[in-house]
Amino acid sequence: MSLNNWQPVIGLEVHVQLATKTKLFSSSPIAFGAEPNTQASEIDLGLPGVLPVLNKEAISHALKFGCAINAEISEKVIFARKNYFYPDLPKGYQISQLDDPIVGKGSVEIKLGEKSKIIGVTRAHLEEDAGKSIHDLYSNNSAIDLNRAGTCLLEIVSEPDLSSAEEAVEYLKKIHSIVTFLGISDGDMSQGSMRCDANVSVKRPDDQELGTRTELKNINSFKFVEKAVIFEIDRQIKELEKGEKIIQETRLYDSKKNLTRSMRSKEEANDYRYFPEPDLIPIKISKDQINDVRKNLPELPEIMKERFMNSYKLSDDNAELVTINKETASFFEEVLSYKVSPKNAVNWITGDLFALLNKNDANISESKVNPKHIAEIIQNIEDQKISGPSAKKLLEIVWSEGGEIQELIQKESLEQISNDDEIEKILDEVISENQKQFEQLKSGKDRLQGFFVGQVMKKTSGSASPQVVNKLLKDKLST
Amino acid sequence: MSELINLSLTDQILGLTNKSFSSKEITEAYLNEIKKKKSLNCFISIFEEEAKKKALLADVNIAKNDARPLEGIPIAHKDIFCIKDKKTTCGSKMLSDFISPYSSEVFSKLDNAGAITIGKTNMDEFAMGSSNETSFYGNVLNPINEKLSPGGSSGGSAAAVRANLCSFATATDTGGSIRQPASFCGVTGIKPTYGRVSRWGMIAFASSLDQAGIIAKNAKDAAIALKYMSGYDQKDSTSLNEEVKDFQKEVDADQEHVIGIPKELIENIKNDQVRDSFRNAISILEKDGVKIEEINLPHIEYSLPAYYVIAPAECSANLARYDGIRFGHRSESISSLEDLYVNSRTEGFGREVKNRIFIGTFCLSAGYYDAFYNKALKIRNLIKSDFDEAFKKVSSIAMPTCSDSSFELGSISDPVEMYEQDIYTIPANLAGLPALSVPSGKADDMPIGLQLIGNYLDEGRILNLANKFQKLSDFHEFK
Repeated sequence: MSLNNWQPVIGLEVHVQLATKTKLFSSSPIAFGAEPNTQASEIDLGLPGVLPVLNKEAISHALKFGCAINAEISEKVIFARKNYFYPDLPKGYQISQLDDPIVGKGSVEIKLGEKSKIIGVTRAHLEEDAGKSIHDLYSNNSAIDLNRAGTCLLEIVSEPDLSSAEEAVEYLKKIHSIVTFLGISDGDMSQGSMRCDANVSVKRPDDQELGTRTELKNINSFKFVEKAVIFEIDRQIKELEKGEKIIQETRLYDSKKNLTRSMRSKEEANDYRYFPEPDLIPIKISKDQINDVRKNLPELPEIMKERFMNSYKLSDDNAELVTINKETASFFEEVLSYKVSPKNAVNWITGDLFALLNKNDANISESKVNPKHIAEIIQNIEDQKISGPSAKKLLEIVWSEGGEIQELIQKESLEQISNDDEIEKILDEVISENQKQFEQLKSGKDRLQGFFVGQVMKKTSGSASPQVVNKLLKDKLST
Repeated sequence: MSELINLSLTDQILGLTNKSFSSKEITEAYLNEIKKKKSLNCFISIFEEEAKKKALLADVNIAKNDARPLEGIPIAHKDIFCIKDKKTTCGSKMLSDFISPYSSEVFSKLDNAGAITIGKTNMDEFAMGSSNETSFYGNVLNPINEKLSPGGSSGGSAAAVRANLCSFATATDTGGSIRQPASFCGVTGIKPTYGRVSRWGMIAFASSLDQAGIIAKNAKDAAIALKYMSGYDQKDSTSLNEEVKDFQKEVDADQEHVIGIPKELIENIKNDQVRDSFRNAISILEKDGVKIEEINLPHIEYSLPAYYVIAPAECSANLARYDGIRFGHRSESISSLEDLYVNSRTEGFGREVKNRIFIGTFCLSAGYYDAFYNKALKIRNLIKSDFDEAFKKVSSIAMPTCSDSSFELGSISDPVEMYEQDIYTIPANLAGLPALSVPSGKADDMPIGLQLIGNYLDEGRILNLANKFQKLSDFHEFK
């Protein structure tokens, strides 16, 4: 089997939970972690006689997304009922959109190493979320929590323009970055604020028609998108090379076993019997409204990156790194507000801070090290008051114990010894203890220079300024 | 005090204001009469103690000259309107134990206007029926001849008014459910413009057609009651944000009328008594100076099939929430989720409701949507245009309410024959126009009604015309 003989064709359906104050059709608040069924009104419960009233904030969020991807915006927004029975779907239908989705055709650009690729977005529409069924709470009963029922989702459907798992991940990251930069979603995949289904098929490179596709459900992290798509491409190629046919079906991704398994075939698929929602009147979107949204659009990652490159003289790579998401970008700019060098700020954020976040499995908004900490550490380095190793140590201490940088430097005696006399004394000690090596260094064995600096650092527990040690050592060698 | 129950709403308001009698006296008189006429089966719930208490409070307000417009007037609500902490059954076993946690806007408005709710009236199950025989609580008897049907679905409300169990009652009309029982019971019933009265808390049958209205003793009373029930409600997106004219003033105003008569439709009336009484009613008005114009409604003959696609389609979705999970009837015999759905719905719904769910589900199914639902929507638009065209030259349109007077209970078993009951009433629902029925003569010794259809938002004009007719005739008097 070889992937070279096959071309994967992938399209993603991304469900983004919009960060609205209230639900799509009711005034119930949206709060994570609330007691079950406390965020559900008579509307969310689907009681007899209740009626939906559209949340205007959801419309404006959807418009922001549409403008951000340069999409066509529908002049008229029509909602439709999607009918199916499920215990956590209170009305027996979901209010969604079929014809005239609020956002029409648009596109996003993804980066693949040096190259970039345009991915088409077919549409994005508004719909309400269902509640949650919980099957492991009671031994003989299932429980239903309707807190989530009715929350606003924007379903973003891509064209089948993606040709690898890597592209799928990059696309998903792009969507994530757009919605978080726009502030229309918290994009938190672990909380289900972003979920994704993938349509996957493979074909021979010269085939005109697409192969039979399968729909992968239940993908809720960037990592799983990659794994699920890789598994499915592989599975389909194996089947086809065995001479089997691909069955059009919905498959569930099992992240524990890293495989996809059949959920239901096309024949078993629901007939959703869509029809226009008679309880809502069509909403007109005016040109003025769209222009207004466009004018007030927050700065998007590409624009921000450009600005960082121009005003802070960052390299392309560095600018890319600090605009990876909105939180990192604002962290970076806050560090800069303390007047430190942008280059140092990028290095410390994307280097040591990211490593620390990784180690603690946290994202930047959960960081215990704040921009002021980073700025003060950089200032101390720039003023040669602390050494690099001390700075790293400081970061660890701030993370685990907290505190103010200046106080910690005192407390932990991390202040760099830049007093020449004191360092010279220690250097002399080191030379006298290592006479043989010093002679070798003198006779041209340059790599021993590092050995002497290292020894001095060791004796001073890293608090000597390496620059001063180097300068003093040079003086000694020339005498 | 039995004569108090014979008074019109207008006279009751007058009497209470003049302190000729008290709310306590009227309320008790009605409660006694309801007990005496229990066999008519007009009511599903009666709130005896609460009504008496409210009457005492009303009398205090009246004594202080602090009376609200309907202060102390006992009224009945069709059991389709949710009232907080009260059983709201919609005539169905499905909701026989449902206590609503919130109130409908119709109830709240009339309650705020000072009316006293003495009980909730019987109706066809989920307002589906034209004879009141589909009610889980048994059929209502026609007070004029107890062997006959009071009509439906608001049969309880019409019979209650006719039997002097209240001076007016609320009702709803999806395809004729106010006007047909009003015609059968010899009372006045009005369905206002779609969107005139809020649907919030009114249990949905077919959302785009359902409209609340009034059944009263005469047009003047209906105008007063409708005035306090109408108005924009932001909880109902389809409610009209339009000024509500003072129907009470309009009903007595000096207005010019041009009545349009759909010539072909009248010529095709099969029942001689219905046709003669219609012509007689028109000539009474004509003699009084009302102008008569012939009009054409070419697509009206397709109303019935279009209605019996649209209404069941919407009903199939509206009734999906009755799944036995959160409220309503839940079957005792369950061993799977499917059992829970199937058995709860099989046991909880009556035959006619199931018929309509089946029809609606079928019409919306993949492959049939265009053939049925879409075509029905097109017909609906054509019918609307027919009316728009007609209203360019006339101020109201007249036709019979029904093709015959009341029929014997149990005599119609063919559902399609029953559906044909609505042949003249459906067009106004499809077009969203206001329409009323006033008694205009007899067929086989039972009342028949004259239907007046008004232009969009012009219910004041048909009420005025109906009042004029009632000043010129005595068909509306209970003899």
